[in-house]
Amino acid sequence: MTDASLPKIAAPRGALARLMRRKLALFGIALIVLTVGAAIAAPWLTSYAPQEQMFDGLTIEGAPLPPGDAFVLGTDLLGRDLFSRILYGARTSLIIGVVANGLALVIGTLVGVTAGYFRGWIGTVLMRFTDLMMAFPALLLAICLAAIFQPSLWIVAMVIALVNWVQTARVLYTETTSLAEREFIAAERTLGAGHGRILFLHILPHLVPTIIVWGTLGISTTVLLEATLSFLGVGVQPPTPSWGNIIFENQTYFQSAPWLVFFPGAAILVLALAFNLVGDALRDVLDPTQRGRD
Amino acid sequence: MAAYILRRLVQSALILLGVSFITFFLLYVLPADPVRQIAGRSATAQTVENIRQQLGLDQPFLVQYWRYLSGLVQGDFGRSYLQKSEVSVLIAARLPASLLLMAGAIFCELVLGLTMGIIAALRRGTAIDQSLMIASFVGVSAPQFVVGLLLLYVFAVQLGWFPIGGYGTLAHLVLPSATLGILGAGWYSRMMRSSMVEVLRQDYIRTARAKGLARRRILLRHALPNAILPIIAMIGIDIGIFMGGIVVVESVFGWPGIGQLAWQAIQRVDIPIIMGVTLVSACAIVLGNLLADLVTPFIDPRIKVR
Repeated sequence: MTDASLPKIAAPRGALARLMRRKLALFGIALIVLTVGAAIAAPWLTSYAPQEQMFDGLTIEGAPLPPGDAFVLGTDLLGRDLFSRILYGARTSLIIGVVANGLALVIGTLVGVTAGYFRGWIGTVLMRFTDLMMAFPALLLAICLAAIFQPSLWIVAMVIALVNWVQTARVLYTETTSLAEREFIAAERTLGAGHGRILFLHILPHLVPTIIVWGTLGISTTVLLEATLSFLGVGVQPPTPSWGNIIFENQTYFQSAPWLVFFPGAAILVLALAFNLVGDALRDVLDPTQRGRD
Repeated sequence: MAAYILRRLVQSALILLGVSFITFFLLYVLPADPVRQIAGRSATAQTVENIRQQLGLDQPFLVQYWRYLSGLVQGDFGRSYLQKSEVSVLIAARLPASLLLMAGAIFCELVLGLTMGIIAALRRGTAIDQSLMIASFVGVSAPQFVVGLLLLYVFAVQLGWFPIGGYGTLAHLVLPSATLGILGAGWYSRMMRSSMVEVLRQDYIRTARAKGLARRRILLRHALPNAILPIIAMIGIDIGIFMGGIVVVESVFGWPGIGQLAWQAIQRVDIPIIMGVTLVSACAIVLGNLLADLVTPFIDPRIKVR
């Protein structure tokens, strides 16, 4: 291996230690751990099932109960425990966050790296298509797709992945084109290495920091998009709880029962914020060109 | 320069052609049947078939697309399936409201974002800087519908300062524009901060300081104009982000713009309207990006048009 690749390879080393020195990143990590923990431990953290309509969960007039002793965060319009629905809703958000974003990353990486490495007509076609996707109003497209399919958890994840891969593809395309022109790649090629070997052993490892950064930031975008689709009623369908559809279902009550918007809304904000904080810190830590700047 | 603009315009036209093709194709293959929506549940198979023929929906895909396209180049967006009106008329009626909302949002994000960014840059490294940057992260991470509903609850329901929804006066505009603008304010404050920090580090600022100019004068006359310009170029790109946001914001506030038009059309599979709004949005996005690219060299002569 030549020296040319050393600075970039060296960047991730000690990255974890540098990440741990950042207060905001640690705060973000703590929030993520907390959410994941709550999602996994949901059955032990609450004695109510998220779908259970409680007899004593509504006032005599049939209105939702405010936060109190029996129901920590109150109840929703059907007399279900809001705390329990938010806990189980975390599962929905996290599953979609990971699956949709993972899928988007795979598509984005495939498109970006292929176009950047092979250039030529393949590259032109792929990048023109990416430009085209950039011109689509993403949310409108997602709403349209989600509304027309009968949305399930997996369909929603697919729809989000289909509109969210574009940024990753663009960034990785730029990086791959500059990498492919470096001397060490030319040297590999001269030594007779095939495309597969160069791509997987020499190009992809250098892209890992970028993929990690965009992967982390992307989860935040994905969580917000899922919540938005579910809020509009075209995302994850009730009774499966999702933070977005809790607000969608209870919207009509929000003037008299604002906690039904406030708590799930805060949950969405916290999770999206956590991934943004960590992603932003990772970008500073992993990208050597960004180091020293603020 | 003229050649560059011409090339970009041709590229933009091709992109719009592609967007129209893909949208048309998706709406064609997706399992939603507009004819069912028009005919209603109780319609006989014969009625359904008649409507299908009338609308030309029994034709092969390419024939349908060609028909749509040839209408489009003559400025004909087709007729709505359910609202008996031309799509262009429907969009033209709703567009001013959406543009007003976006103008309000741009105002909000510039005022809020630039102020936050400038203060953070000047107080770099202090607690003020850190709290402003956390605030900008919150702005970027907050779901628009939650922001909208919370603003409604606090400022309309509880305090009664603004109307709960609707359209007409300046008071109606405040909450929806703030909601749409908060995301951008978060981004702008971060960009403004780093741009300002970068400018303050330049030699000419040090020279100005060494000359003994007043701090205020250095900031307002020397630093600020240079720091703000690259941010202004970003407004074009915002338009694309707004095009998604208006669907949510207009639905929360009952704002009668093209976002609501699109949302209603999607729910009822009114394909001509969906196509129309998608194309208008794509057009706005493409033009916004083009504008951003064209403005940049004027702002910073060091950046040459390629």
